[in-house]
Amino acid sequence: MGMTITEKIFAAHSGLEKVEPGELITCDVDIALGNDITAPLAIKAFEQAGADQVFDKERVALVPDHFAPNKDIASATQAKIMRRFAKDKGIRNYFEVGRMGIEHALLPEKGLTLPGDIIIGADSHTCTYGALGAFSTGIGSTDLAATMITGKIWFKTPETMKFVFNGRKKNRWITGKDLILYTIGKIGVSGALYRAMEFTGPMIDDATMDDRFALANMAVEAGAKNGIMKADDKTIRFIKSQESQPTREWTIYESDDDARYHSVHEYDGDDIELQVAFPHLPENTRPVGEAKDIRLDQVVVGSCTNGRYADLEVVAGLLKGNKVADGLRMIIIPATQLIYKQAMKNGLLDIFIDAGAAVSTPTCGPCLGGHMGILAEGEKCLATTNRNFVGRMGHPGSEVYLASPAVAAASAVTGVITDPEDVAGE
Amino acid sequence: MKISGKTWKFGDNIDTDVIIPARYLNTIDPKELASHCMEDADPAFANNVGQGDIIVGGANFGCGSSREHAPIAIKAAGVSCVVAEYFARIFYRNSFNMGLPIMECPDAAREADTGDTLSVDLATGVIVNETKGKTYQAGAVPPFMQELIDAGGLMAYTVKNAAG
Repeated sequence: MGMTITEKIFAAHSGLEKVEPGELITCDVDIALGNDITAPLAIKAFEQAGADQVFDKERVALVPDHFAPNKDIASATQAKIMRRFAKDKGIRNYFEVGRMGIEHALLPEKGLTLPGDIIIGADSHTCTYGALGAFSTGIGSTDLAATMITGKIWFKTPETMKFVFNGRKKNRWITGKDLILYTIGKIGVSGALYRAMEFTGPMIDDATMDDRFALANMAVEAGAKNGIMKADDKTIRFIKSQESQPTREWTIYESDDDARYHSVHEYDGDDIELQVAFPHLPENTRPVGEAKDIRLDQVVVGSCTNGRYADLEVVAGLLKGNKVADGLRMIIIPATQLIYKQAMKNGLLDIFIDAGAAVSTPTCGPCLGGHMGILAEGEKCLATTNRNFVGRMGHPGSEVYLASPAVAAASAVTGVITDPEDVAGE
Repeated sequence: MKISGKTWKFGDNIDTDVIIPARYLNTIDPKELASHCMEDADPAFANNVGQGDIIVGGANFGCGSSREHAPIAIKAAGVSCVVAEYFARIFYRNSFNMGLPIMECPDAAREADTGDTLSVDLATGVIVNETKGKTYQAGAVPPFMQELIDAGGLMAYTVKNAAG
């Protein structure tokens, strides 16, 4: 019996020839990540355990991105705890405001996340790095503390669900966001609970890296432990074109032909329309045509799911020569400083500002109802983010609709949820 | 260890944003977090919950973010145990790490109502709904997780192993 990519990475990091689903193993960790919300709790646990140093100064990454730039005195105090810890322990990969970005967009730019890695983060969207062929998963602050001390973590080897995306995308607007929303709509928010989701097929081969990141990013919204896909030439080109080059070797793993899967799910590009997830669960997906005419108060483009350059580019294409609708606020948040700068250099920011959108420095802010775009009671927002739970973006009586950047931009122009084709055609 | 308490019943997919909304995550003070526990599902919960009470949830309890503030808020609110049909992955792991007892028992979770008195035997997994006069057997805690509990949570386990 062969192994899946996830099983091979687990075996390689635990010194075993072979692992099987259900097997408890202890793995070496390549990168351990925390942010301004989760790291302070981890630091408290680290100190209570009497630890002195982190296991490896190069392999811990700390990013103040959630409530940063600090939104109030309390969050400034939390950020200060993390900043001081990073300095005291000599942690190299601490990225200060002005040099930071949303963690899951930033770490790949910095060459820290590589194919074949095990990456753990005290942030549920740590599963994003599966786009690079890494095993990556979200854990809590205490797990992060233990890993910062030992460099190791225990896992139960997950069963793998295989998702095959056949055919081609139905139209030019379909993105990785639509593929993952479609998948979550099919299997539900706990459809992959405790399991690995492996994405494969011609549509994955065709997908851009930005699309693959968006796809892997939301595996957790189906309850999965991780989302993963095989690294290919595109992955390697991506890594080699980044600002910072890796200082470690990487390994590309491929699932064996006789690997064992929990289940295989085959989807066809012809069936996958532009998706909108209705309140209050990511599984409440419908084709955009069934969401038309829902009037919006706010549109947000950004987050670890969809704040990458290609996302901003498609938004700019649709906003160019158009105005944000009366009565609607549009907020655009480039995910990293590098993306921000590129958007500025290429004239995207001019288009956004001319259209009447607000543009912000990188932050997770509005996605989790932190700051920079909180909703009042009764307000509706369409966002390129990843969660639409009750109260996620503000008042418990507000509503969040999830969709791709193209749907977001088109909707911002008309003021109601809109198929981008209707705006592009004008 | 046996626990007995009054039930607070919630539905399916109770996410960590409902357990402790992100707007309150600018602190790690357990008391402060507890004062907003379950606020977006039941604004009166934090005021009315009693010491030792039990939360009963449906499917996928604790889905969403990795915030450990969620089990911290529940524990600091005085809740002695969470019983659900099943738990989301990170919440399950965090609860063991924080020493918050949780039990998976679909029938007990489905049949309990707010106000029922439940008694839970953590060692045997036997749950009794005293109000309804029904007994249930919850899934056993995996041996490795039991080791974590015996050691006093993940940090104690880590320190013990590092010393050994």
